[in-house]
Amino acid sequence: MILHPQILALFVSSLLICLMLLYSSWYGIRILGSWDIASGSELQLALERRTYLISTIVSCFLVFQLASLFLFVSTTDSICNLFVGAMCAVGTLTVNHFGYPALLLKLLTFLLAGLWLLLNHLDNQGYDYPLIKAKYTLLLFMSPFILAETVIQAIYFSGLKPDIITSCCGSLFSSASRSIASEVVNAPPLSMLALFFVSAAVTTLCGIRFSCTENGGVLFAAVSALHFVISLVAVVSVISLYIYQMPSHHCPFCILQKEYYYIGYPMYLSILTAAITGVGAGWTARYRSIESLQGAMPGIRTTLIRTALLSIAVLVAITSCYLLFTSFTLR
Amino acid sequence: MIRSCDISKVFNAGKPNEYKALRGISVDIALQEVTILKGPSGSGKTTLLGILGCMARPTTGRIFFDEREITSLPERFLTDIRLKTFGFIFQQFNLIKGITALDNVMVPAFPTGEKHASLKKRAFETLELFNMGHKADAKTEWLSGGEAQRVAIARALINRPSIIIADEPTAHLDTRLSHEFMEIMATLKSEGKTIILASHDPIVYDSDLGDRIIEMRDGHVIEDGNLA
Amino acid sequence: MAGSIERQRHILDFTLASLLRRKGKNGALLSVYTLIIFILSSVLFFTHALHREAETVLQGTPEIIVQRTLTGRYQTIPLSYADTVRGIRGVGSVEPRLWGYHYDGNTLANYTIVVPGENAPPHGSIDIGSGIARVRSANEKDIMGFTGFDGKPHAFSIRSVISAESQLVSTDLILMSEHDYRAFSGIPANHATDLVLKIRNPKEYTTISEKIVRLLPDTRPIVRNEILRTYNAVFSWRSGLVLAIFSAAALAFAIFAWDKASGLSAEERREIGILKAVGWETSDILFMKFWEGAAVSLTAFLLGVVLAYVHVFFTASCLFAPVLKGWSTLYPAFKLVPVISFGQLATTFLLTVAPYVVITILPSWRAATIDPDAVMR
Repeated sequence: MILHPQILALFVSSLLICLMLLYSSWYGIRILGSWDIASGSELQLALERRTYLISTIVSCFLVFQLASLFLFVSTTDSICNLFVGAMCAVGTLTVNHFGYPALLLKLLTFLLAGLWLLLNHLDNQGYDYPLIKAKYTLLLFMSPFILAETVIQAIYFSGLKPDIITSCCGSLFSSASRSIASEVVNAPPLSMLALFFVSAAVTTLCGIRFSCTENGGVLFAAVSALHFVISLVAVVSVISLYIYQMPSHHCPFCILQKEYYYIGYPMYLSILTAAITGVGAGWTARYRSIESLQGAMPGIRTTLIRTALLSIAVLVAITSCYLLFTSFTLR
Repeated sequence: MIRSCDISKVFNAGKPNEYKALRGISVDIALQEVTILKGPSGSGKTTLLGILGCMARPTTGRIFFDEREITSLPERFLTDIRLKTFGFIFQQFNLIKGITALDNVMVPAFPTGEKHASLKKRAFETLELFNMGHKADAKTEWLSGGEAQRVAIARALINRPSIIIADEPTAHLDTRLSHEFMEIMATLKSEGKTIILASHDPIVYDSDLGDRIIEMRDGHVIEDGNLA
Repeated sequence: MAGSIERQRHILDFTLASLLRRKGKNGALLSVYTLIIFILSSVLFFTHALHREAETVLQGTPEIIVQRTLTGRYQTIPLSYADTVRGIRGVGSVEPRLWGYHYDGNTLANYTIVVPGENAPPHGSIDIGSGIARVRSANEKDIMGFTGFDGKPHAFSIRSVISAESQLVSTDLILMSEHDYRAFSGIPANHATDLVLKIRNPKEYTTISEKIVRLLPDTRPIVRNEILRTYNAVFSWRSGLVLAIFSAAALAFAIFAWDKASGLSAEERREIGILKAVGWETSDILFMKFWEGAAVSLTAFLLGVVLAYVHVFFTASCLFAPVLKGWSTLYPAFKLVPVISFGQLATTFLLTVAPYVVITILPSWRAATIDPDAVMR
């Protein structure tokens, strides 16, 4: 176990988040069981008050999880020199089997929390709490993932002992090793690039169609989710090559460093935002028939779609800049 | 029209200190009239005022405001209606200590997001209506009883409500100030506002301002008379 | 959207005014909060800066050092070994090094004597570090004597006092010529203290080390990266240990914060009741509490971090230094190079502000759900 300050901080924040969420889930169960908007009984009033508490908690959770996500990557990057063969975060994460799962769970819970807050905002616009059950069902769905993240992160860090030989991204991402990572990277770069642009275009078109006609919400959510995956794969397999200007450097974490002007932060933030707002916008289409939301729905939907499309555009713009303005080429 | 159907309010239900404040009240409050709730303390006047004024929810029963049912509205919508429609004057005035009279008048309008400059101007003008302009920057602690009352009324009017609710407004005032208060209410009535007063002070319920008197006792309405 | 920004502005104004109205209670909280952040940041800054300093110093050290061992302990290495190592493919150059320690009974201090590769002092004179000059009150051109391995006194004239940028290494250093050192220390003519290697390709460190051990089984190659890694681990472990101890203080602060947040005075309760009665709803009060917490946290964080920065980098950790000096009689002055990083700030944030926020959520919510009805009575 490494008594590193940043790892301690990650432990503490995960623990806090876990406790907060368990507390909220407990009330979530009560709300799902006893909610009755028409009654003026004290229990109902108490439950309504609790929902304020829970939405405050989840908002906090979202902010902490974002900080924790970036701190996790930053920490694994900075302790890479404790392990022979590790050159950056990729090396540290492959020291034992729990590194990547911890990261992926963090990402997933962040996205789910974002979606929850969107639902919550929408619910607040209706005068009869129309989405209360959907919201708390989502919360209960999220809880096991959050628990899992805390536990797996703890196992990961306690399993880190310095001097363990691991592989740096060069060997991990080479065609010889068989793992998902290498599958991702072996995707032919130029086709991947083309796929990325096509996906961005398709998602944008779906978004525009959804915005204008109010149809195709589910489709938009689906392509947004797909675009999220494609963007991440594209970053690792081809976009990173242009940023590093090296045909074999696929590391997804080095772009967060100073040498590359921290370009990774806006890129990943825009990918995350596009995912949350895109899927969220599509999801709200399910509730378009609810009477109490009629007033607020169009405005919210438009804002979400616009944010999603803007985020997609940001990533496309950054990629295009690197493609056009550097002398590096894959051809 | 504010319609209430079979309103009951029970505090601490199921516990040893259970208390029934209202029992099966059904009253209709007409708009642009002055309604006076008369009765001794403990009769449930304050509780009824709170429920009619969207400050609390009844345990059972329904309230209709302009034919729209408001009983099951979530708190934030109830508060929204209350902010825009009702202005409250409390028995103890309930001004916030430590800030000026002008700030006190502006406070209810903060959640509406009105621009600070225009809000300040409007608050000042409202204070001027009651000849309190010169005391706008005085801290609450320095105001006399009558001045505090006028600031409280100005505060109740800042969001341009159509209904004024006052609970025992003359309880802490001498005769002269009580009469002054009733004159202010008369002015507001002539501007088309609805007024609901709760009082056991004869100066209030014997005045010729009231269009209707509802007499209450132990949570029941015992008399509901129009004084046409 | 503009309405909601204006609304937040109003709530913020009101909150700040009300914080200033209760200076006493908030002042106490702010002081304790700032203290906690100050201590934590000081520790983090100090260890991080020391760490960076050590790393910088280590950059100048050889990539691989080859030492000879007997019964698991160090002994001098024959110069012929250098030829063997030179023959390994991938090794750029091999240089023998002469250096060692010397204990001075008069001052109870350990000196490090080194024969430098270039600009060595001429026969009979030495260069000394600032710590030694201080402790033996010596200046240039003075004569200084030491007892050699043979028990006889050896006298040297001081050519100069070393003023290196990094006092961590030079303060107890003596530079001497090779001839003088061999006479002083007793190292045989065909031996050296250790061998210093330059490697062409950094990826080959492990392979070359393995080859050296195979060819010369009584040697021990020390790779610079391993030293760096060990330093890293030690520094992290040390600061982590301090933080674990710090958690006791953090817990005390947590209890204090909880108490302050839940203990709404009758006056505050009344005020919130009035606000709710005149039209503020629960989320407005929650925002008010949020801004309160944010104002206090931000102030404490900025103050704490700035004070810690000044403490560590300008006053040379005047509060820690006595604890850290320990046995050494030759202290380097703790003037550290200011270093600050996102990781440290994020750590401080997650270890102090985050727990504070979590602790105050429940009391804030309780305050925000005060029944406006209560004010009517």
